[in-house]
Amino acid sequence: MSQLVDITVTVNGEKRHVSVQPGMSALSMLRDKLDLTGAKLVCGEGECGACTVIVDGTSVNSCLMYAVELDGREVATVEGLQKSEKLDPVQQAFVDKGAIQCGYCTPGMVMQTTHLLAKNIKLTEEQIRRGLEGNVCRCTGYTKIFEAVQQAAEAQGD
Amino acid sequence: MMIEYKNYLVPGSVAEATEALAQGNATIVAGGTDLMVQTGASGRGTDTTLINVRRIGDLRGVTLDGGRVTIGALTTVTDILGDSVVAETAPLLAATADRFASNQIRNMATIGGNICNASPAGDMIIPLMVLEADVELSSWRDGAVQTRTVALNEFFTGPGKTVKADDELLTSLSFNRPAEGFVGQFGKTGPRPALEISMVSVGIGGVQENGGLANARVVYGAVAPTPIRAIKTEAALEGTSLDPASIQAILDVADSEVNPISDVRASDWYRRHLVRVMTEEVLQNVATG
Repeated sequence: MSQLVDITVTVNGEKRHVSVQPGMSALSMLRDKLDLTGAKLVCGEGECGACTVIVDGTSVNSCLMYAVELDGREVATVEGLQKSEKLDPVQQAFVDKGAIQCGYCTPGMVMQTTHLLAKNIKLTEEQIRRGLEGNVCRCTGYTKIFEAVQQAAEAQGD
Repeated sequence: MMIEYKNYLVPGSVAEATEALAQGNATIVAGGTDLMVQTGASGRGTDTTLINVRRIGDLRGVTLDGGRVTIGALTTVTDILGDSVVAETAPLLAATADRFASNQIRNMATIGGNICNASPAGDMIIPLMVLEADVELSSWRDGAVQTRTVALNEFFTGPGKTVKADDELLTSLSFNRPAEGFVGQFGKTGPRPALEISMVSVGIGGVQENGGLANARVVYGAVAPTPIRAIKTEAALEGTSLDPASIQAILDVADSEVNPISDVRASDWYRRHLVRVMTEEVLQNVATG
């Protein structure tokens, strides 16, 4: 049995103290220790982006990151987006445009979109496509997702 | 599925990290993007201490000093993409970073990790070999941090294998600022643009001169057990004006220098075909560009 490591991580603005095994992924910690099941385990290899979360303002594949690496860092997950009764503009855009079918890729798509829009709200279609190249969707054919990102960008620009 | 490590350490300095490495039985993690996949699949790393080097602050960033560019091992691929020194001195490196994996992986993956993983298809290795980079290896010996420098061209010994000893940490890499008139290009091929492990990658650089390239450097990935410098192809380029006939002759030389295998991503004959097509494309671009 490996030693447990005590870490302190700020998740969606709230400071959490967690004991984790050194080999545990950040994704497992979020899902299994903190019951934040928005980020999904799909490929486990960084190919699909369903596990995307934002760490210190940067999007990462949480399946490829060790939980211990989160010590002292700030994590944003899809659960923390909605700040009031109303959905966050990115979430609302995905609903409005029908950019969700089975929904499995959606938390990752939404978080990667949030990361992209935090860097730049004037995205060309090419930049949207490039920005989402690490997120796979097997249902929508992507068109609705690109439209949703565009709508979210416009909403934030207002 | 989850790997069990015996201990976990987070050194804050190269001295602390190398002293811990000197105890043996350690697995180093930086960005984690290769390690997590490898340990999850194979069980590699049991009974070892996980040493997270990510918090060593002075190993991240790019500096230019006296015509020498130095890149800290913990510099991420995203850092490379946005770095002003890289943009000014070695745009070839930024162009390669732009073809690397996905946004999320570029945000995590470090340049030192990409080198130490020693994949024959490792993307960042190719332009760094074109730029004739050296790597700095640090270790804790005789009660102090010792360093040695190894040419990247002599660093790799096989897939996943390097001359780096178990107690050594790759701390930085460096190269001379390319000469005035230097042009370089990187090319890679896979079924789609993003998240591809290259079937073949190529990097060519040199100084444009008389319709050709002087002091040319030609590097291939995924066509041999390690990334390779194509020395004969470089020699064939020297003093040659790049017209269609001479390019065909150079492609024959390149074909004689590569030694690809058939694997899950491509067959050896297809890789040979790609070497010709990609080399021709890159040569035409650098000759006219």
